[in-house]
Amino acid sequence: MNRTAKKTRMVPLPSQSIIPERDKAQKPILEVHRLGINFGGLVAVEDFNIAVGRTEICGLIGPNGAGKTTIFNLLTKVYKPTSGAILLDGKDTANMNTVQINRAGIARTFQNIRLFPSLSVEDNVKIGLHNQFKYSMASGIFRLPVFFSSERRSRERAMELLDIFDMTHLASHRAGSLPYGAQRRLEFIRALATNPKLLLLDEPAAGMNPSETEELMSNIEKIRDQFQIAIMLIEHDMRLVMGICEGIAVLNYGKIIAKGTPEEIQSNPLVIEAYLGKKNGRLPC
Amino acid sequence: MRRLHLQSKVDNWLTYGLVIFAYIVIRILIASGNISSALQGQLVPITAYIVMAVSLNLTVGVLGELSLGHAGFMSVGAFSGVITATLLTNAIPMSWLRLALAMLIGAIIAGIFGFLIGIPVMRLQGDYLAIVTLAFGEIIKNVINVIYIGYDTNGIRVSMKNTSALRLDEGGKVILNGPMGAVGITKLSSFTAGFILILITLFIVLNLINSRAGRAIKAVRDDKIAAESVGISTWRYRMMAFVTSATLAGAAGALYALNYSTVVARKFDFNTSILILVFVVLGRMGNIRGSIIAATVLTVLPEVLRAFNEVRMLVYAIILILVMLIRNNTPLQRLLQIIGIRRRNNNLSTVEEGDDA
Repeated sequence: MNRTAKKTRMVPLPSQSIIPERDKAQKPILEVHRLGINFGGLVAVEDFNIAVGRTEICGLIGPNGAGKTTIFNLLTKVYKPTSGAILLDGKDTANMNTVQINRAGIARTFQNIRLFPSLSVEDNVKIGLHNQFKYSMASGIFRLPVFFSSERRSRERAMELLDIFDMTHLASHRAGSLPYGAQRRLEFIRALATNPKLLLLDEPAAGMNPSETEELMSNIEKIRDQFQIAIMLIEHDMRLVMGICEGIAVLNYGKIIAKGTPEEIQSNPLVIEAYLGKKNGRLPC
Repeated sequence: MRRLHLQSKVDNWLTYGLVIFAYIVIRILIASGNISSALQGQLVPITAYIVMAVSLNLTVGVLGELSLGHAGFMSVGAFSGVITATLLTNAIPMSWLRLALAMLIGAIIAGIFGFLIGIPVMRLQGDYLAIVTLAFGEIIKNVINVIYIGYDTNGIRVSMKNTSALRLDEGGKVILNGPMGAVGITKLSSFTAGFILILITLFIVLNLINSRAGRAIKAVRDDKIAAESVGISTWRYRMMAFVTSATLAGAAGALYALNYSTVVARKFDFNTSILILVFVVLGRMGNIRGSIIAATVLTVLPEVLRAFNEVRMLVYAIILILVMLIRNNTPLQRLLQIIGIRRRNNNLSTVEEGDDA
């Protein structure tokens, strides 16, 4: 892959996590300390630590059932952690719920796409813009001037966002009627519409063919550059992970077994064993 | 998008137009004496049922939660409206103003009840929510059944025992007489008032649906987890839809009750809730115009079927079953299209093309 030529220098933090050197001047956008959750007696995630730089693209990989999506659900407070701390932009999120987390700057997509299927593509994006172009229920009912100005701005913004993925021509379609790939892109746009500082993508390349994956990779990088946000992604497609992620954490049985740059991860025997069940071999990337 | 957006705007104007047109036609029919007195007596109830159906559609169609206690809010609005109107008899001589105030107070109190009931109800969803709303509907009915309210020169008196426990002065008057209901109501409602209430309801509901809040409500209906993930408070918007729905039902209740000289709590029981739900389902969930048409047709139908005498309700039920079947049966709809009864429907176009080829 020609992409791996562009390497990021990763630097260690006092917390023993690594972030890209260019983000070192600022606090990491996300710092997680000793995060854990038990479901009954089952320990799903244990002692999870990570730091994500301001503009880092960071990967979370691991075999099925390792707890990757659980981490996303913990970060967005779909589940309440049983231990540990999550600092978003240096602020503790212990007392926040899912809605407040989004307002504080984390947006996400879902492994099994969750759009608003009966609404139009445009409305799906406008719902993502819900907290940015605000007006009260009464101004909506009585059609006050603020209704028209907010709706106009929200429509313009929605079209701008749809344009990133060349989806403006689909704006009037029902979201549920879109083909699979377009639904994934729409979910991505909707998350982006909430103006996040950190975007969590849960298997963005699932079900995509190699050329679609290639396009997705450049789109993820383009969005990171354009919006200057951090992106954390869960993915099984190693070409994507190794191609665009700057830092990677590998999870197995709810624990981090390795952290590092793509090169370090590819040559780590623990990772190879977790994926292939044997100590010598190569990851499929 | 422009197409879809425009369509919903056109759709809304069509709904307003339909209501205004129907009002004018009926006014002409009344003026020319071409309308039976039985049907004329049904005009105010029809308008009240239309408002009920449209408001329930907000909960069932737009929010996507099945509420089986909608008549309970109608009941709250009915009795608080009657009490308001009776107490204001001397203070406000203009009957239209008294009616308007009665509907307003009925709406506000029903809205407060909607909020209070919404606190436990909004913790639930689906079947559980439906059953709890059913229970609240029954609770409201049974509580109103044992309340006695009267007034005299010393003010309002309330009792849970009987009318003598009110200990009214000589000139005192009983407004609410327990299971006997509200008695001696001055009839204030009129067809025109009902028509205006429908327009207000449409204005509120249609504008709400096509606004930021309405989008959020529909988002919550489609996927709660996704809605929260984009920063929409599901509790807030579910409550907003539920309370708005209850408020409008309260106004409809006041309109309905002030059309009669007596009104009992039993009138607003589970059967009424189901009847209104039938209007909504028959008119198609989320379709406001459909609710209006279904409420009208199903209220007029029993009158029209008087010719069938004792099998009247049987015919009514059969018609209901047939209409529901046709609504949800693709081959039947296609048959109707072929013989030209039904306009071609976009949803079916793909099926047809395949069939024709």
